[in-house]
Amino acid sequence: MAAKSGKLNEVVLQGNEACAKGALYAGCRFFAGYPITPSTEIIEMMSGEMQKAGGAFIQMEDEIGSACAIIGARWGGSKAMTATSGPGYTLMQEAIGFAAVTETPIVIVNVQRGGPSTGQPTLSSQQDIYQARYGSHGDYEIIVLAPSSVQEMYDFTIKAFELSEQFRTPVILLADEVVGHMREKITIRDGSKTIKAERQKYVVSPQADFFQGAFTTVEGQLHDEQGRRIGHIAHKSGEFIYNLNKKITDNVDVISDISTYCMEDADVAIVAYGSVARPSLNAVKHARGIKDARIAPKFKIVRDIMKRGIQKTIQTDYSHLKVGLVKVNTVWPFPEELLKQATERVDTVIVPEMNVGKYSREVERVLKDKNVVPMSKCGGDIHTPIEILDKIMEVTGLDEEVEINE
Amino acid sequence: MANITIDKACCKGCNICLSVCPKKIFAKSRQRNNYGTAMPAVENPDDCIVCRMCERMCPDGAINVEK
Amino acid sequence: MNKLYEKYIKKESLPTLFCPGCGNGIIQIAAMEAMEKLNCKDDVACVSGIGCSSWIPCYYKLDVIHTMHGRAIAFAEGLKLARPDKKIMVFTGDGDCMAIGGNHLLHAAQRNIDLTVVMVNNYIYGMTGGQKSPTTPIGAQTKTSPFGCIDEPMNACKLVMSLGASYVARWTTAHPVQLAKSIAEGLDHKGFSFIEVLSQCPVQAGKNVWGEKEPAKIMEKYKEYTYLYKMGSADPTGAMAERNADGLIPIGLFKHDDDAKEYLERVEEKLAEIGIAR
Repeated sequence: MAAKSGKLNEVVLQGNEACAKGALYAGCRFFAGYPITPSTEIIEMMSGEMQKAGGAFIQMEDEIGSACAIIGARWGGSKAMTATSGPGYTLMQEAIGFAAVTETPIVIVNVQRGGPSTGQPTLSSQQDIYQARYGSHGDYEIIVLAPSSVQEMYDFTIKAFELSEQFRTPVILLADEVVGHMREKITIRDGSKTIKAERQKYVVSPQADFFQGAFTTVEGQLHDEQGRRIGHIAHKSGEFIYNLNKKITDNVDVISDISTYCMEDADVAIVAYGSVARPSLNAVKHARGIKDARIAPKFKIVRDIMKRGIQKTIQTDYSHLKVGLVKVNTVWPFPEELLKQATERVDTVIVPEMNVGKYSREVERVLKDKNVVPMSKCGGDIHTPIEILDKIMEVTGLDEEVEINE
Repeated sequence: MANITIDKACCKGCNICLSVCPKKIFAKSRQRNNYGTAMPAVENPDDCIVCRMCERMCPDGAINVEK
Repeated sequence: MNKLYEKYIKKESLPTLFCPGCGNGIIQIAAMEAMEKLNCKDDVACVSGIGCSSWIPCYYKLDVIHTMHGRAIAFAEGLKLARPDKKIMVFTGDGDCMAIGGNHLLHAAQRNIDLTVVMVNNYIYGMTGGQKSPTTPIGAQTKTSPFGCIDEPMNACKLVMSLGASYVARWTTAHPVQLAKSIAEGLDHKGFSFIEVLSQCPVQAGKNVWGEKEPAKIMEKYKEYTYLYKMGSADPTGAMAERNADGLIPIGLFKHDDDAKEYLERVEEKLAEIGIAR
């Protein structure tokens, strides 16, 4: 058996592997999945590790079956997870709706790739940001976490299991190809954590696991606390829907989590989530002159050489920009209050994301009095720090170029 | 002799019992069940051989046969 | 009230939402009888999909998941893997099981995973108001085949038998004793048990499929149009055939293979073989 529980180990892991490790540490003992690029490493690792850990693994016939099987397993008493990417995530939507209405705690990992449809199997995107929130039909609230590093792939997977049990709701880990496939040194723990599956007060469905003599009825129709259908009774159904949503909306402050960098004296804020938070952080570090051995060489940027055709390089000086970063960890429910507080003193907010500019709409809605600038990038390439800084210069009108002769 | 009861709250008046009983103990009646349809009446309980076919075949579990 | 109702039915949920004369109630009682026979109530959980037949277990005093359309078997597989010591019974209909849930049926049968699937075949989509299902006979007029159905009906028993399901039987609602016995055998059997029940839908299928609206008369027809297939009889293909030479539908026990390895047995065997302690 594993050594003493909780002992810290430093290892180099890929994001997807870290996710699988995190799930095992969080006590996940059932995994059903279907291979899909770029999430395949999770199912690959789970196939062996899960059975070694005493859990059950099954490769299902499709993603629909995978999502259904984990719900079934959770009612059997096993903490359960599945992992997929865009097209598979689309197939899982009906099961996510079912898990939401029956208040089943499950974790679904979506390692995003470019879409629509088959799209870009091997490249990254953040195009599923709204599907993660609004994917299934009907009114429901959901918790979505967006990791931006391999360590966060590990930590957020554990957090996803905790939140799913606490709020009895499906939790989506919205990773993307960049964090899924990158390798970093991270700290992981030995053994396994026990996440208590306590009875929650604000839950409006039956909660007892199966085979405990509770005669639990898990009902996909709107239902009461005993699982009896109320779909045909308008006032009860309305109450159910409000309660189901309130469970999350009333607890936004408990769920919400953001990280801020250099926001104390910032004039401009970058609001980013997922892998895009990485170049955003580097942009902040560069503008602020914060030395980072790993990133420093990248900033000797030589621009416009080809265009100008002369042996002269132009290096832009960004040091006058007071940039800060707000990294959104729990993208849904939208952390309104935290974001308002964090961006209190800035006038301009840049929202870089790898889609046509979706999350920026939500930021715009909340930060009405600020200049919210979407910075969309599609095609699979992630933003570079310089692109982000250039955008800030463009928006703030503080473009100063310094000529340097080689 | 068997004691055959038909639950007024369960019966929906489908008349399956009329045809499955080998002794034709059930007969149509004008009495209404809670569902609003005509429920059968027990006519000759003395003939009952307690085969319990009616119990099994009543889709709504309305019939009970006690020996 | 039926004596078994006391033990097995949540009486506060009665009456059931089935139409008068619906075969689902007969199947509901047969399954209760089967559980009573095995005395295994505490070890059974039910999973069902969407459709009239999927409401059968919702009245049971058991742990029940009433899932999404077609997905019952997938849910049941997850539940079974999480609790291998328990018996999982799946109630599903012809459309639920073979149309939208066909993929899950294929793979569960192929795995020979220990589930007991009771497929209620009423030849129609009853809940949505009488549309063509995968089993609707050729020529039958339904709401979505107004000029008569042109598709060859699917044979679920043949399908799962060819894939490796290890217990396969077909009965009708006119044979409740045999049906109860069969469900009990299925629950007891280790492996994928598939029991197809030909059921009457007097409201939607009655007139168009059977030319008869009276539930009792449709059940008479089930007796008339079926013949008892005996396992190991002279005609080995009899169970697979849609109908025999006289145009009769075979019913009875088609396959009961106790030697076939069940999915979880194979998993445990493999893990033991490579030395993973559980």
